[in-house]
Amino acid sequence: MTATVSGLLEAKALRKSYRGRVVLDGLDLVVAEHDVVCLIGASGSGKSTLLRCLNLLETIDDGIIRFDGREISDPLVDPRSVRREIGMVFQAYNLFPHLSVLDNCTLAQVRVHGVPAGEAADRARALLARFGLADKADAHPDALSGGQQQRVALVRAMCTRPRLLLLDEITAALDPELVGEVLEIVRAEAEAGTTLVLATHEMSFAREVATKVCFLDGGRVLEQGPPEQLFGDPVEERTRAFLARVRS
Amino acid sequence: MTWAPSERELERQAVRRRLRLQQTAIATVVTVVVAVGLVLLVVSSPGWDRVRDYFLSWSHARDSFAAIAEGFWINIRIFLVAEPCVLVLGALVAIARQTTSPWLAPLRLLATGYTDLFRGIPSIMVVVICGIGIPALGLSGVTSSLFWLTTFALVLCYGAYVAEVFRAGILAIHPTQVASAEALALTRAQTMRFVVLPQAVRRVVPPLMNDLVSLQKDTALISAVGVFEALRAAQDYQGYNFNGTPLLVAAAYFLVVAVPLTRLTDWLMRRQIEKEQGR
Repeated sequence: MTATVSGLLEAKALRKSYRGRVVLDGLDLVVAEHDVVCLIGASGSGKSTLLRCLNLLETIDDGIIRFDGREISDPLVDPRSVRREIGMVFQAYNLFPHLSVLDNCTLAQVRVHGVPAGEAADRARALLARFGLADKADAHPDALSGGQQQRVALVRAMCTRPRLLLLDEITAALDPELVGEVLEIVRAEAEAGTTLVLATHEMSFAREVATKVCFLDGGRVLEQGPPEQLFGDPVEERTRAFLARVRS
Repeated sequence: MTWAPSERELERQAVRRRLRLQQTAIATVVTVVVAVGLVLLVVSSPGWDRVRDYFLSWSHARDSFAAIAEGFWINIRIFLVAEPCVLVLGALVAIARQTTSPWLAPLRLLATGYTDLFRGIPSIMVVVICGIGIPALGLSGVTSSLFWLTTFALVLCYGAYVAEVFRAGILAIHPTQVASAEALALTRAQTMRFVVLPQAVRRVVPPLMNDLVSLQKDTALISAVGVFEALRAAQDYQGYNFNGTPLLVAAAYFLVVAVPLTRLTDWLMRRQIEKEQGR
């Protein structure tokens, strides 16, 4: 299989536009198993759009996406078969407000993955406990703080044991105090070997956990590399300018 | 633009086209089979000949057409007057029930009582009571025109339904919307007017259409007090000529108004959603 050679996820020459506004313009990206890829770049540089394209929430205009060796951008591929394997966490949490925390975490396990209800609940409670949310299992999302909600959203995505986790600026809506508790979970996952692709504004966090940092500009990956190289000695002028801007 | 779709993308587009075609073909075949099956079922029933003669007579349809059209014009006029009144009344009652000021307690009570009462009474009774009861009071200055009295009755009935639809929409708006409006120092009335109600209305358009189409049909209830609208005209013809075709003619008139109206709102809604999501 070519999968082991080229990586778990591979995007080639992705193009996506909304009403003539080109957001992704020939973007290439390779994510190997156990990689932690951090996407950085200005707002509107296409980070969120890229993540949404990767799990087929958006239909791409052109290019190819391969997941585990299979071309998932083929219209004959059932998107749900892909999404079963890919977890996603959104900037605005997007928890289901009418379900309790526990039910949020067991819904897909039971309905999509066929896990027995008892086992699903056990798995969810164990993860919730690990991230300090044991006493919130029966609460409803709107009763939680932002940081707690985002941790629940992470647990919800992790409960189904996805092979790849997409995180879309998951700390952008949180105040600094709460950012830490959410990033703690991500760090733990990264260390456990989960493959992650995350769009982030947390440069210090990216520097710490990333195996690869990609700087998005003008709808493509302008520069990429290990964090020490990209943050320490960027080649491109625009990368330098961006980093100087976010550091000041 | 310099971008030209790649080979692979052209291939994919071809596949998508093929899939769409397949789906259209399946939809067409299934629809035709079901429709033909239903027609055959009806036509092969033992009493079909009698039913056809009674309900599907071309000459009777032609002869009754004009009289029913004249009657239907009354239905249309009542509908056109009642609809805006119902929407305004419904919205006002729904808003009244959401107020919190202690000064408005009697208003809240009145609004709640009104919805309970008029949702509970069969519309035809309200029509009869208003059409016969109000003129019988002999009050000076109150119209004795059946047109206005029955329109009034329908507005009362449907105002209660529509108020509940609006209220459901208002309650469905997430509390964070109210919070952010209040944080901008908007008054409660301004919050309702500029933030909550516009979103609520958009959400309840489908059930609202339900009630409006239903109102349009229920204009036929006024035949109960002897107004010569479409249904009454059809029944009149039926009574004289012992043929039921005019009833179907009247039904067709109602459909001709209801179906395009529903399609139009569906289209408006879709356009609104697309605009908001920027797609």
